[in-house]
Amino acid sequence: MTSYSRPIDFKHGQVDLTHGSGGRAMAQLIHELFVRHFDNDYLRTQNDGACFPLPAGAGRMVMATDSHVVSPLFFPGGDIGCLSVHGTVNDVAMAGGKPLYLAASFILEEGFPLADLKRIVISMAAAAKEAGVPIVTGDTKVVERGKGDGVFITTTGVGIVPPGIELGPDRIRPGDVILVSGTLGDHGVAIMSQRENLSFETVIESDTAALHTLTAAMLDAVPTIRTLRDPTRGGLAAVLNEFASASGCGMLVHEKTIPIRPGVTAACELLGLDPLYVANEGKLVAICPAEDAERLLAAMRAHPHGANAAIIGAAIEDANGFVQMETVFGGRRMVDWLTGEQLPRIC
Amino acid sequence: MKYIDEYRDGALARRVAAAIAAEVEPRRDYRLMEFCGGHTHAISRYGLLDLLPPNIRMIHGPGCPVCVLPIGRVDSAIELAREQGVILCTYADTLRVPASDGLSLIKAKAQGADVRMVYSADDALRIAQDNPGCEVVFFAIGFETTTPMTAAIIKQAAALDLPNFSVFCNHVLTPAAMVHIMESEGDPDAVALDGFVGPAHVSTVIGYGPYEGFAVHYRKPVVISGFEPLDVMQSVLMLVRQINAGRAVVENQFTRAVTREGNRRAQFMVAEVFELRAAFDWRGLGEVPQSALQIKPEFATFDAEKRYGIAYRQVPDPKACECAAILRGHKHPADCKVFGTVCTPDHPIGACMVSSEGACAAHYTYGRFKVLPATEDAGVKA
Amino acid sequence: MCLAIPARVTELLGADRARIELSGVQKEISIALVDDVAVGDYVIVHVGYAIGKLDPEEAAQTLAIFAAIAASPGGLTGAE
Repeated sequence: MTSYSRPIDFKHGQVDLTHGSGGRAMAQLIHELFVRHFDNDYLRTQNDGACFPLPAGAGRMVMATDSHVVSPLFFPGGDIGCLSVHGTVNDVAMAGGKPLYLAASFILEEGFPLADLKRIVISMAAAAKEAGVPIVTGDTKVVERGKGDGVFITTTGVGIVPPGIELGPDRIRPGDVILVSGTLGDHGVAIMSQRENLSFETVIESDTAALHTLTAAMLDAVPTIRTLRDPTRGGLAAVLNEFASASGCGMLVHEKTIPIRPGVTAACELLGLDPLYVANEGKLVAICPAEDAERLLAAMRAHPHGANAAIIGAAIEDANGFVQMETVFGGRRMVDWLTGEQLPRIC
Repeated sequence: MKYIDEYRDGALARRVAAAIAAEVEPRRDYRLMEFCGGHTHAISRYGLLDLLPPNIRMIHGPGCPVCVLPIGRVDSAIELAREQGVILCTYADTLRVPASDGLSLIKAKAQGADVRMVYSADDALRIAQDNPGCEVVFFAIGFETTTPMTAAIIKQAAALDLPNFSVFCNHVLTPAAMVHIMESEGDPDAVALDGFVGPAHVSTVIGYGPYEGFAVHYRKPVVISGFEPLDVMQSVLMLVRQINAGRAVVENQFTRAVTREGNRRAQFMVAEVFELRAAFDWRGLGEVPQSALQIKPEFATFDAEKRYGIAYRQVPDPKACECAAILRGHKHPADCKVFGTVCTPDHPIGACMVSSEGACAAHYTYGRFKVLPATEDAGVKA
Repeated sequence: MCLAIPARVTELLGADRARIELSGVQKEISIALVDDVAVGDYVIVHVGYAIGKLDPEEAAQTLAIFAAIAASPGGLTGAE
C-alpha cells in the first residue's frame, strides 16, 4: 500500500512551526511549493546546495545579496516575491554581470497564510523565469508568531562579469555625464499608497523589473561606461552622494531633465516628500564619458526598460564633493544624503 | 499641477529677478524676514537666493512650530508615552526633536513606547475609536493653519462622548510672535528689519486683517506671500517698492487664497474650543505673552494637560546651541559654532536642525555649499 | 509652516468629506472647515483638511501681474 500524505491546504492553511523543523512537514512544503514552482533540475536533486560548472573564458564572478522586508507584501505592480528576484538580479547587473543563478531563503512567521506564501512563490517563479535566472537552492525557517513580519526573503545571486568590464564609481571623472533609465519615485509612491494611514488611490505602480538585459545592451553599445547603480532606498540622491563620495567629484544635475511622472510629483507634494529620495526598483543610474553619452542614451531608449531614459547632469570638479541641483527655477540647491527616514510632514 | 506649476516658471523668474535688481537702490540694504518656515524651505529648495541681488538679505523667522516647541513640552509628550502608557499620536515633524536625557519621541518608540505617526488629526481620533481599551493622546502642534483641525476633532470627540481621547495642545499664534520679534529689536544683537514676508496659509485662515495694526505700529511693511517661488519673488518686489517709497502697509500677494477676513468658519471653530494662554514659553524667544492657546474648560476632559496633570518644566537649550538667536533672525546658521559639525540633521542638537524647514536644516540640506569657497564651476556663488 | 497644496474637488462625500484630485492622485479629505464647497472647486489642502478655496480669478490676475513685471523695462533685461 502506497503511503498517503495529505496535500497541503494552500487555500486555508497557515505556516506553523513544523514547516521549519526539518521534518516531514517541511519536506512536503518544500516539495509542493518551492520545488514545484521554481521548477528546475537543481532543486529536483534535493541537494542542500547546487553545483554548476564555471563558464569558459569567464572573466570574473560576481555575487550579490539582498534582504527583503517590504511592507505591505503586495502592492500595485508587484510583491515581495518578484521584488526579491529583481533586486538581486539587478545588483549583479549593476556590476556589469550576467546573472546566472539565485538562492532564496525564507523566514516565515508562524500563522502566515499559505495562500499568501503560494502567491509570493508563484510571483517569484514567474520573475525568475522571465529573467532567465533559476532559483537553484534555498532555505526555510519558521519563527514564532510575533517574531517576524509575515515573511522575510533573502536572495543571493551569482553571475559572470565579462573580461574587460570593471565598473566602479572611483572611475568617474569630471565632465562625465549622468543618465537615468526612466521615471523616478514610482516604487516608493506605490508602496506608500498602500500604507494604512496614507490613504490615497493612485495609478502609480511599482516599477520593479529585472534590468540585466538593459545593462547588457548598454555595455555592448558603450563599453566605456564608468559605473552603474540602481537607486533603491534613498533614491537618486543616495546614489549620487555615494558616487560623489567614492570618486571625489561633485555632481550637478538639472531638475527639469529628471523624469518624474505627474502622479508621483503630486503624491510627493501632498505628503511633503522629495521624489529624489524615493525608492525605485526598476531603474538605474549610469555614468559615462561625455563623448559617449548620446550613443548610450540611444541604446537605453531602444530597450523596453529604458524607454524614458534621460541625461540629467554631469560630474564636476568639486573638492567638497557636493551633489548640487539646478532647480526648475534657475537657482541652485544641494541634494544631500537622506537624514533618517523620509517621513511626511505638516510644515 | 494646476495652480502650482505656473508659479514655478523659471523663465518668468529670471524676468522678475531682473525687475527686482532694477528697482533696488544699489547702496541700500534690504533686510527682509520671512516669518514662515515654509517660505524658508521654499527659498532654500528652489535656490531663490541665487536670483536675488546681494543687497537683499532674507532673514529666517520663528515661524516653524517644531523649532519653537520648547524641550520641556517634548519631554512631557515623551513622559505621556513612556510613563502614562498612552498611545501618543503625533505629526511626523516632531518625532526627531531632541529632548532631555538624549531622548526623542522616535527614540522612546524604539524603547517600546507606543508613539504613532499620523498624517491628519482625525487619524488620532480614529485610533482612539479603534482602541477603546487604551488612552490616546494627540500631540497637537502648529500655527493657525493647523489649529482648526484640532478644534474639529475635539468637537467630534465631544459629540461622540469618547472616553479615552485627549489633546496635548501646543498651538501658537503668528501675530504675537511677530510683535515679539519687533519688541526685541532693542536687543544689541538684533538685526534691524525692513519688512516682513507674511505667512501664506496661516493667513488663509486668519486673513490679512490681523497684520494691519502691526504694520502701522512698528512702521514695517508686510506682504502676505504665497508659497510658490514666483509668489515669493513678487512679494520681495512689493516689499522693495514699499521700502523705497517709505510706505509701511499690509499688502496681499496671495490673493488667490487669502482675503482680509480669512476663513470665518475655521476661526469660529477655533474660538469655540480654545482660549488664550496668558503666556507661553517659546524655544528661542522665551516667554511670549498671549501667544498660545489652551483648551477651554468646557472641553476639559479632552485636555491632556488637565487629565494627566502635566507640569511644565523649563529646560534650557544646550549651551552651544544658537537656535534662540537664529529664531529671532539675529544670527545665521553658519554663525553657530556647532552647525554642520556636532549638529547636523542626523544628530541634531537643537530644533532648528530637526525640522526640514528650520533655518539650520534648510541651510544644511540645501545651501551649505554656498558657505565654502567657490568651486571651479563658475555658476556657484560663494 | 504649513505644507498645503491646491487640489480639485471631484466628488462630495457625506459627513463633511470630499474627494480631491491632483495630477491623478486622489485623496479623501475633510471639508468641515470650509463653507459651500462644490465639485470643480479648487481647495487648499493641509493635513487632510481643506482650509480655504482658491479663487481662480485672483489666480489669473496674479499670473497677469507676473507677466506684466516680466514685460516691464526692468524685467526685460532678464529675458534670455
